[in-house]
Amino acid sequence: MSNDYLLDAHNITKEFTSRGGLGRADSVVRAVNDVTLGVRRGEILGLVGESGCGKSTLARCLLRLLDIDGGTIGFDGSDITHIRGRRLKAHRRQAQLIFQDPYASINPRMSIRRALHEPLSTHGWSRSDREDRIRELLELVAMPESALRKHPHQFSGGQCQRIAIARALALHPTLLVADEPVSALDVSIQAQILNLLKDLQESEQLTMLFIAHDLSVVRYISDRIAVMYLGRIVELANADDLFADPIHPYTRLLLKSVPVADPDSRLRMTEEIGDLPSPMHLPPGCAFHPRCPIRVDSCPHDIPPLREHRPNHWAACHAID
Amino acid sequence: MNEQAPILIVRGLSVDFQTRQGRLRAVDNIDLDLHPGEMLAVVGESGCGKSTLSRAIMGLHEQTPEAQVSGSIRLRGDELAGKTERDWCALRGDRLGMVFQDPMSSLNPVYRIGAQVAEVPCLHGGVDRRDAWRQAVESLGGVGIPSPAERADQYPYEFSGGMRQRVVIAMATIGSPDVLIADEPTTALDVTIQAQIMKLMLDMRQQTNCGILLITHDLAVVAQTCDRVMVMYAGRIAEQGPVKEVFKHPTHPYTRGLLATIPGDDPPDRLPAIPGQPPELKSLGAGCPFAPRCDLAQPHCGERHPPLEGTPDHQVACWEREVRDVQ
Amino acid sequence: MREFWYQLRRHKPAMLGLVVLSLMAVAAIGAPWLSPHDPYAMQVEHVLGSPTPQYLMGTDQKGRDIFSRVLHGARISFKVGSIAVTIALFAGTAIGLIAAYYGGIVDFLLSRVVDVLFAFPDILLALAIMAILGPSLTNVMIAIGIVYIPIFARVARGSALSVKHESFVEAAHSMGVSNFTIIRRHILPNISAPLIVQATLSFAFAILAEAALSFLGLGVEPDTPSWGILLSRGKDWMGEAWWIAFFPGIAITLAVLSCNLLGDGLRDLLDPKARKAS
Repeated sequence: MSNDYLLDAHNITKEFTSRGGLGRADSVVRAVNDVTLGVRRGEILGLVGESGCGKSTLARCLLRLLDIDGGTIGFDGSDITHIRGRRLKAHRRQAQLIFQDPYASINPRMSIRRALHEPLSTHGWSRSDREDRIRELLELVAMPESALRKHPHQFSGGQCQRIAIARALALHPTLLVADEPVSALDVSIQAQILNLLKDLQESEQLTMLFIAHDLSVVRYISDRIAVMYLGRIVELANADDLFADPIHPYTRLLLKSVPVADPDSRLRMTEEIGDLPSPMHLPPGCAFHPRCPIRVDSCPHDIPPLREHRPNHWAACHAID
Repeated sequence: MNEQAPILIVRGLSVDFQTRQGRLRAVDNIDLDLHPGEMLAVVGESGCGKSTLSRAIMGLHEQTPEAQVSGSIRLRGDELAGKTERDWCALRGDRLGMVFQDPMSSLNPVYRIGAQVAEVPCLHGGVDRRDAWRQAVESLGGVGIPSPAERADQYPYEFSGGMRQRVVIAMATIGSPDVLIADEPTTALDVTIQAQIMKLMLDMRQQTNCGILLITHDLAVVAQTCDRVMVMYAGRIAEQGPVKEVFKHPTHPYTRGLLATIPGDDPPDRLPAIPGQPPELKSLGAGCPFAPRCDLAQPHCGERHPPLEGTPDHQVACWEREVRDVQ
Repeated sequence: MREFWYQLRRHKPAMLGLVVLSLMAVAAIGAPWLSPHDPYAMQVEHVLGSPTPQYLMGTDQKGRDIFSRVLHGARISFKVGSIAVTIALFAGTAIGLIAAYYGGIVDFLLSRVVDVLFAFPDILLALAIMAILGPSLTNVMIAIGIVYIPIFARVARGSALSVKHESFVEAAHSMGVSNFTIIRRHILPNISAPLIVQATLSFAFAILAEAALSFLGLGVEPDTPSWGILLSRGKDWMGEAWWIAFFPGIAITLAVLSCNLLGDGLRDLLDPKARKAS
């Protein structure tokens, strides 16, 4: 792909092996299955899917926090698939991660000052530079300097997430991966954090991969959205196009399932569509076919490729042409 | 909309916790009526007291010595406050059904599904084990579990999250309870499953005509399924009324803020966020707890807590309510 | 920390244990000055004397003051307990942390070694080590230390396994923090609570183990006033002079009981789950 992609991943596959018990064979779960995905410079790419679809695993593969079993990862024009040691450490500066549970993402035994010092000292900043940067960061996320002396449990979830964001931005990363950054927060705090992330993306010129299961949140923040189902990307389009005219039946199901805060539109769910299959026993062919209302003969046999059905609107489905 | 007498009447319910920093009032003087066949939502953020309220109604604070429950809870005219743990046990699972948030931990992993459901009629109905098992299979079918006879023989790990929550609902409704209390029943589930579980709850209400108390933080779920809504903030009712009324004419600034922060079908460029942080119960003043975050707050808001006032249907606890009505 | 002291003060059994242990520690340290008599001095005229104001706990068959010997015994017991536990704590924690953090084959090998050590009964293993090293105070400490390595390794490994998957460890990884620093800075402080509890409980067992080894004649030199030796010598005179065995026995019981009270209390206080609920 061309140079306007900051992160450029091809055919990523990640498997987990769980040991079988007495006399049972080891079982392999393919959490990420042949995923090709690029994040353009300066965009916010939303990644949605239900729990267990592999979105968090994919993010950790892209950040080189997990070793992949296949595929290549390009970052800023260079191949980072196999880098190690000092080169990997240098790369870590460029790409940072924000977590779902802000309390769990900061060592409970560390003061905020120590937590914010850590990325900077790891990458060799001098003490005075570190102190200056920490003050800048607190200002960036609108936290008072008095926070430095405190510990994570002394803050509310929203404040804690602000601190986690500050820590992620400490080294001036170019890519920020946000893994469900607001789903553990209260409704009234979610909007604050979303607005903050949107502002920071502009002021710090960040490229962002935003992972969530909440479609309304993803829609608000994303430029483009990728929909994941059982380890594969099933649809990829601009946010507005995806919501206005979804192609893949799974995306349509998702959109239909999301409740809207309008008492005039009562529960819309009519047909029973069954549960998510276990990732350990993936259905053959298109993994969605057992739940799909429009499946055709080839669905249980062939895996549909991701194709461009409309300009910049990709989907993986046999039934749509 | 509901002319029948309320099945559950709660008056002046307060729950205090004794902590090292002193007493802390998690639920403050709540009145609540629940009618048969009605779905009442209790909405609020974490720490607002909604779960403490539901646990108090189920008598689950009896075993926590640091919690003190006062006020009256009447179920079909029967006063529950002051009952012994033994009496509560007889009520729970029989006339009070409950569904918890996490379907993974509300089932015992070492017993068969059927045995866990059958335990309820065994305990309360005095039926023998074979009849209980038959009832269990029947109720598993009733909550939409395919081939219930075979599934009853399986263990929880063989069930997906959505299916487990169906089992929990089957357990809660097998005794045809008067009141079903569901504490965030879909929060741990995915959206596509959430819709199915909510539909099932609506079906169960239709079948048993029980009153459902839905504890949730999700306003969208409330809008789509509930009849009335009670918005809680810092242990008190901020606003309550019929869902349509509250969602279309939210009056309390907190309710309005909450509704505005949901990025809907047509998201604005910036979300109107409620400023500040949720209040800490241990440092509440005498005034309106929302005042520090409220854009309409006047100096007097910080002095006394506003009473819950309004029409019989729709009430709000806000000093500036009159002012806004005129506008 | 202040919060912790507040809670500890309100935990009566733990406080009782701490106070008794502190008094015993003071007695152990101050034994040379607190003892009314020389613990080795034999006074032929006072052989097998029953407790009197001058000899609080009586005298033994060689006319030595039991009270002074028990005080000096505390010195030995506390020394053995603390050094043995320190050995076990350091070695066990290192093994457990490395096994948990690196996983895979490293974990497999270390865990099997620990399993093998675990398979021996404590005293048997200590006896075997003592038989190889020969009886001396230093060797008692080393032997008991080795015996308690597996339990610390297990506690450390179990706790580290759960901490390892916390987001803050992943966050440190994503910043490029080195493995050693992650273990030292992020994992170790978060598994310290169960290790402290285990150390307190093991301290009690170490005192018992020293007494048992000395009793069996494989511990310290037979004339040293260790609690185990005192007990062992006293048993021959149970009929004539009960106090020779009785007071050392009481000392051992009191020390072990206090450790267990303190350990149980610390477990209540340091367990984050128990703390959150209150």
